[in-house]
Amino acid sequence: MSYIAKPKVSHPKAPRNKLGLTERDYEGSVSTLCAGCGHDSITAAIIQAVFELGIEPHMLAKMSGIGCSSKTPAYFVHQAHGFNSVHGRMASVTTGANAANRELTYIGVSGDGDSLSIGMGQFAHVIRRNLNMCYVIENNGVYGLTKGQYSASADVGSIAKKAAPNRQMPIDPVSTAIGLGATYIARSFSGDKHQLVPLIKGALMHEGFALLDVISPCVTFNDNEGSTKSYAHTRKHFHHVIDADFIPPSEEIVAAYNEGESMPVKLHDGSKIVFRKLDQQYDPTSRAAAFSFLRDSIHKGEIITGLLYIDESVGDMHSDAGTVETPLSKLPYDVLNPGASELAKLMDRYR
Amino acid sequence: MSRVNDVVIKIATVNGTGSASANGLLMKAIFRMGIPVVGKNYFPSNIQGLPTWYEIRVTGEGYQSRTDKIDLMIAMNAQTYKEDLAAVSPGGWLIYDSTWPRSRLLDRADINVFGVPLSRMCNEHFDTARARILMKNIAYVGVIAALLDIDLEVIKTLLSETFASKKHLIDANLEAIRLGYDYATENFSCPLPVKVEAMDKTKGHIIIDGNTAAGLGCVYAGATVGAWYPITPSTSLMDAYTSFCQRYRIDEETGDKKYCIIQAEDELAAIGMVLGAAWNGARSFTPTSGPGISLMSEFIGFAYYAEVPTVIFDVQRTGPSTGMPTRTQQCDLMICAYASHGDTKHVLLFPANPEECFYMASTAFDLAERLQTPVMVLSDLDIGMNDWMCPDLKWDDNHVPDRGKVLNAEQLEEVERFHRYLDVDGDGIPYRTLPGVHGKGAYFTRGSGHTKYGGYTEDATEYQDVVDRLLVKWETARTLVPEAEIQYSKMNKQAILTLGSCDGAAKEALHDLSKLNVGLNYCRVKGFPITKAVQEFIDKHDRVYVLEQNRDAQLRSLLILDANADQNKLVSMLHYNGLPLSSSFVVEQVLKETSKGQAA
Repeated sequence: MSYIAKPKVSHPKAPRNKLGLTERDYEGSVSTLCAGCGHDSITAAIIQAVFELGIEPHMLAKMSGIGCSSKTPAYFVHQAHGFNSVHGRMASVTTGANAANRELTYIGVSGDGDSLSIGMGQFAHVIRRNLNMCYVIENNGVYGLTKGQYSASADVGSIAKKAAPNRQMPIDPVSTAIGLGATYIARSFSGDKHQLVPLIKGALMHEGFALLDVISPCVTFNDNEGSTKSYAHTRKHFHHVIDADFIPPSEEIVAAYNEGESMPVKLHDGSKIVFRKLDQQYDPTSRAAAFSFLRDSIHKGEIITGLLYIDESVGDMHSDAGTVETPLSKLPYDVLNPGASELAKLMDRYR
Repeated sequence: MSRVNDVVIKIATVNGTGSASANGLLMKAIFRMGIPVVGKNYFPSNIQGLPTWYEIRVTGEGYQSRTDKIDLMIAMNAQTYKEDLAAVSPGGWLIYDSTWPRSRLLDRADINVFGVPLSRMCNEHFDTARARILMKNIAYVGVIAALLDIDLEVIKTLLSETFASKKHLIDANLEAIRLGYDYATENFSCPLPVKVEAMDKTKGHIIIDGNTAAGLGCVYAGATVGAWYPITPSTSLMDAYTSFCQRYRIDEETGDKKYCIIQAEDELAAIGMVLGAAWNGARSFTPTSGPGISLMSEFIGFAYYAEVPTVIFDVQRTGPSTGMPTRTQQCDLMICAYASHGDTKHVLLFPANPEECFYMASTAFDLAERLQTPVMVLSDLDIGMNDWMCPDLKWDDNHVPDRGKVLNAEQLEEVERFHRYLDVDGDGIPYRTLPGVHGKGAYFTRGSGHTKYGGYTEDATEYQDVVDRLLVKWETARTLVPEAEIQYSKMNKQAILTLGSCDGAAKEALHDLSKLNVGLNYCRVKGFPITKAVQEFIDKHDRVYVLEQNRDAQLRSLLILDANADQNKLVSMLHYNGLPLSSSFVVEQVLKETSKGQAA
């Protein structure tokens, strides 16, 4: 991977967001991933989502671990700080960062190896803390950078390029997250930007842990016949059970929804998510129903996508800890230091 | 044998029986009489039912270490009676619970054995089983008070302070004290020839353990994020930080907390959290012990290379692997100095006592942010968990913390372009920026190869440029770590060089050796890298005894690796059985070495 600066060309009539910025202002350096990599489509969707939300670029923090997916924060929002950390440890770094400054918007980009093998422990515990972040798994079932070994999300019987079929049970991040108490859980496909962008927006605005499991085919090592993470397989088997539209706080719901098929959920900042049920049996506010539906679909070989579960009633890590509103990193020293006279008083306790 | 204010009391009990509060009461009473004390707790890695000992050295001279002699043994644990009996110094005393008969085989003619029916007396005076067990401990305090002539009024005051509004507890405790005290005065010749007498040597001093002092130091340093995974013997450091934050860091109006403590799922996560918080501008830290350092190593290397301020307290315990979790050692010097794969080296601080734990907490955060690198404070179980007499901790309200080279929004507005890893000032320390401040300050923090401008690289020259600059920074660190404590006289050609908790025993040994006409200079290293003054100190001597508490002479190795010291001069004195160092060990070792020199 080399570092290539992207030339900045902006059309004078390019659409501008509420900050007066164009989508170009949210780009990063040129991707060095393989041509056709699903990850690049996700990067594009992130750029569009952040641009449309009008997030100030420097108020975004881009976090990642190690792997192909973890390189991608370099490819979006160049005016945001990025932290490309240690393999499988993005969750802990983000937890500390969020502890220090709760004002920033955190997006973490990880992969199936980074999250479900080496990082499974941190993945589980960041969910338990309901850390306020958008956690994207760019899920392709293989290790790309080390040339094609199966990851923990590879399905039984799936065949990667030049490998025997996988025999071990996969770890499904979505059902894992439902079991561990995540409060916003979505799955999508890198090839479906229309579905992906509102899901990213909702995840960024959700006050708590938001998981986005995005099937993102690896064109080099796992896009062959027999792979269950290929473009062809995903296109054939993915099943939109529920779509979600993201409505910013300032806007009214204008689209026409059929009675009984739509359901608005209000987020903390005043924005709304409107669900459009494509499958009548599905209830995205019931953890038990979501889990059961998900397991059935796995059994049937379907890849169900959409915003699968949401709960806006649970407080995030800071609400649980009772931390002050002001970011801890901004508290002045004289507020933090009890001073000489308090210390003198305290000494009597130790005599 | 008649001695005043020079006595060692050892109390053998079973853990989980409440003896800790009785022992604390005894030690504080002596301290309140103005007499310096040293307290050492020897406890098992267990919650209830295993042997535990508490040792109180009453030292009118104000020494800081333990000694190997025991004048007065309170043998409350039948399980260890035999070894406790054997441990008493000739001419000393042993007190046992005579409620039950004692085997005649368990006796010694060269000591005085006193039986006190502690259980019987407490069973007669107290109703509940729990009270009978607890009060038996308080009763032996009464016995010791009579034998050593401890002021009962002081004990009364302490009890009323401890139990404040609970009068029934004060009364019960006083009754137990009285039981022991009266039995001793009626049956033995009190006081003993070794006894205590009030003096005025503890004014302006406190009794505190190093973990409490370090936790308090973190509050005073302005640390706001603490991430940790529980591990003996560092746990009480976070407990202390938590309780001080609850006292000093709650918003009066809202009740909100001006701190965030996260109990992580393991040490891998704890250190990741510290890095994330520090990267984002908060002073953050983690307390741990040796096994935690092993797990944190990858991140420590990352923090070194990506230049993220990181503060770690390593309260060392006996290793390797799980080792003996409740025994002390200085065995993590090498792993901490060079933690992680690749070429890395880290700034270390070596506090010698709780007082230095407090002040060095602040120094650690200042150095970490100034140098943008991990700083590890290497305490140990002896300092961290034992009770030390220290001068009152003080604070200067004019103190301004050193937050290092951080560009703010205005400064970023002015610069043409920000380059994360550029050595602008020639001291090897680049400028950094915090997220959320200004778009011009954005950069990509990474552990992979990067250029001095902050961009990714796999270019040979660009890579080497950065790691070479880190060596310039290392030389800057050498000028910033705390200077060693040095006692030098031209007369002496030999010296003791040591660190951390060896200090008390070493100084007492120097004193004892001077009485034997063995004159030695002294150097106590307070930080790593090794300062120039330490190098010069070594150069000025023919022989330097390197005293440390590990098997493999780790401090000696650091001197050779980092200070280029002449290894032929450096003679190791190694103590690594898990017990705190005693001055007699040092005296014996020095005498052995010096006599070898004369024979040759």
